[in-house]
Amino acid sequence: MSIVGAHSYGSISQKISGIVLTAHAARWWVISFAACSLLTLVFFGAIGYLFYKGVGIWGLNVPVVWAFDITNYVWWIAIAMSGTFISAVLHLTRQPWGASISRFAEAMTVFALAIAGLFPILHLGRPWFFYWLIPYPNAMSLWPQWRSPLDWDFFAILAYLLLSLLFWYLGLIPDFATLRDRARGRGTQVAYGLLALGWRGEARHWQRRQSAQLLLAGLAVPLVVSVHSVVGLDFAAGNTPGWHSTIFPPFFVAGAMFSGFAMAMTIVVLLRRAFDLGEYITERHLDNLAKLILAMGLVLAYSYVMELFMAWYSADRYEIYTALNRMRGPYAPVYWSLIFCVVVVPQALWSRRVRHAPWVLFGISIVINVGMWLERFMLIVTSEHRDFLPSAWGMFYPTIWDWATLIGSIGFFGWLLLLFVRFVPLISMSEMRELLDHQRDAS
Amino acid sequence: MTTGAAAHGAAHGLLAEFSGPPALLHAARAAHGAGYRRVEAYSPMPVEGLVEALGSADEGLPRLALVGGIIGGVLTFALQWLSVTDYYPLNIGGRTPAWPGLIPATFEMTVLGAVLAVFFGMLLRSGLPRLYHPVFNDAGFASASSDGFFLCIDAADPQYDPQRTRQFLESLQPVRVTVVDA
Repeated sequence: MSIVGAHSYGSISQKISGIVLTAHAARWWVISFAACSLLTLVFFGAIGYLFYKGVGIWGLNVPVVWAFDITNYVWWIAIAMSGTFISAVLHLTRQPWGASISRFAEAMTVFALAIAGLFPILHLGRPWFFYWLIPYPNAMSLWPQWRSPLDWDFFAILAYLLLSLLFWYLGLIPDFATLRDRARGRGTQVAYGLLALGWRGEARHWQRRQSAQLLLAGLAVPLVVSVHSVVGLDFAAGNTPGWHSTIFPPFFVAGAMFSGFAMAMTIVVLLRRAFDLGEYITERHLDNLAKLILAMGLVLAYSYVMELFMAWYSADRYEIYTALNRMRGPYAPVYWSLIFCVVVVPQALWSRRVRHAPWVLFGISIVINVGMWLERFMLIVTSEHRDFLPSAWGMFYPTIWDWATLIGSIGFFGWLLLLFVRFVPLISMSEMRELLDHQRDAS
Repeated sequence: MTTGAAAHGAAHGLLAEFSGPPALLHAARAAHGAGYRRVEAYSPMPVEGLVEALGSADEGLPRLALVGGIIGGVLTFALQWLSVTDYYPLNIGGRTPAWPGLIPATFEMTVLGAVLAVFFGMLLRSGLPRLYHPVFNDAGFASASSDGFFLCIDAADPQYDPQRTRQFLESLQPVRVTVVDA
């Protein structure tokens, strides 16, 4: 079961809404919020300078035209991938333990996706024309190139962002109603009252909402797979060695699940500690999440082996060279660090003791997050920097603006998450009450 | 408690509070069985079987999803097809326009069409957003979003009678029965 300890419907509302409705934020919250605000300023400062000067402020050059920008894009969208997926799959399979982690898994998706969506715009030479991806009636009678995966990306991100946002909001409506009814200040009441849309808990409304949740969860699963497949096709559709492979869409989906689960673990451990939620997010949640990470890590390890095998099997000298160059070339340290972070370290999760030690899990999840960033960097840059003719080879070195954008984006993500835990109930109260109801029936 | 208000005649209905999901479920079945049709039940979480006890569940959302999906998919495919064949044909090596490349956007917009239909369909069919509702006039109703379970018989119900309906509700062992002002 998912709730431990003595609880009633009222005590659940009190505990979870109390986190939001308290007038004074905790000290750790204020400090982390200040730090994240600073990084958010760095992020938008870097974007502002980019718009002023152009993509030349990054370390890009002619063989390496995609580097940190697209690495960040794939990294963030992969993190976004699993949040809605986790909660949709747990919903569809009626896993009662999912109720307490799905809310912030969904929040993680929405925020990571919003950040991911910025990078394709930022990487454009003329970002102010990004709307040319949208088919709209224009005086030039021009149309997007429908057969380009870059255009598919636009549709995929649009659909996924709206679905994640609506799925999240659908779950939040009854909780906003609870906050509206429990709030003391007039302003708070009005704000949550507007967000609750006048929800009053009518039986038919609950039934429609449940039906809608089930439908959205069912629609989310194929959408999640399609979105990251399209990201994989962004690469596979080009004939660059190391990219031009049919394994890419499933390989990218597995990588996305893996890094998303790892980021969920990072956030779960932190929130559980910060808000003393051990009764709602039990060791069983962490254990299950760790097992998912381990399973996805094995799928990913298999993909790496297959990638090497396919390079050899293709008998294509450029493919073989790219594979060897990754392991022995100038970016070899990146390759071997990622293998260590993504393939070796997660094997510790076989141990039951590790799976029950929250801070060890936290450490492992951070290592995996770093490893998955390195993986995208390796995949993107090593393929570009030595493709066909040695005369066209080159190297990529990041500039301070590359780092500012990456670190700033992480700060911005933290900033959004901190606002979320301060103003939105981070565990679904209505689902917790439902769980309690089932527990009572069972006992 | 507020029996006097009923005399003014401007009541929205009678609201009875119950101790928990089983009592509410029992009351809903009894009200439906007694012939009341304009009955609303309120709870802080979904209660299994409550909608069926009040009448029938709304099974319309899956159909809406299908319609929304078809509209999204057909429109997106038609737009792409017309643009590659008619509005802006690209003749590359004399090849005829191909449809497989148009599928990813069609798929994404099919899903999006279904999602929007479900979400907004759910709101519209429930009459939301509706920020004001007479039941909010009841001082104790705020607990309906936390730990209160309520049943409200609408004054517009053909069977409604201030005295007899109140007696009926009180026979169901509620925590309290109050008149809701319109």
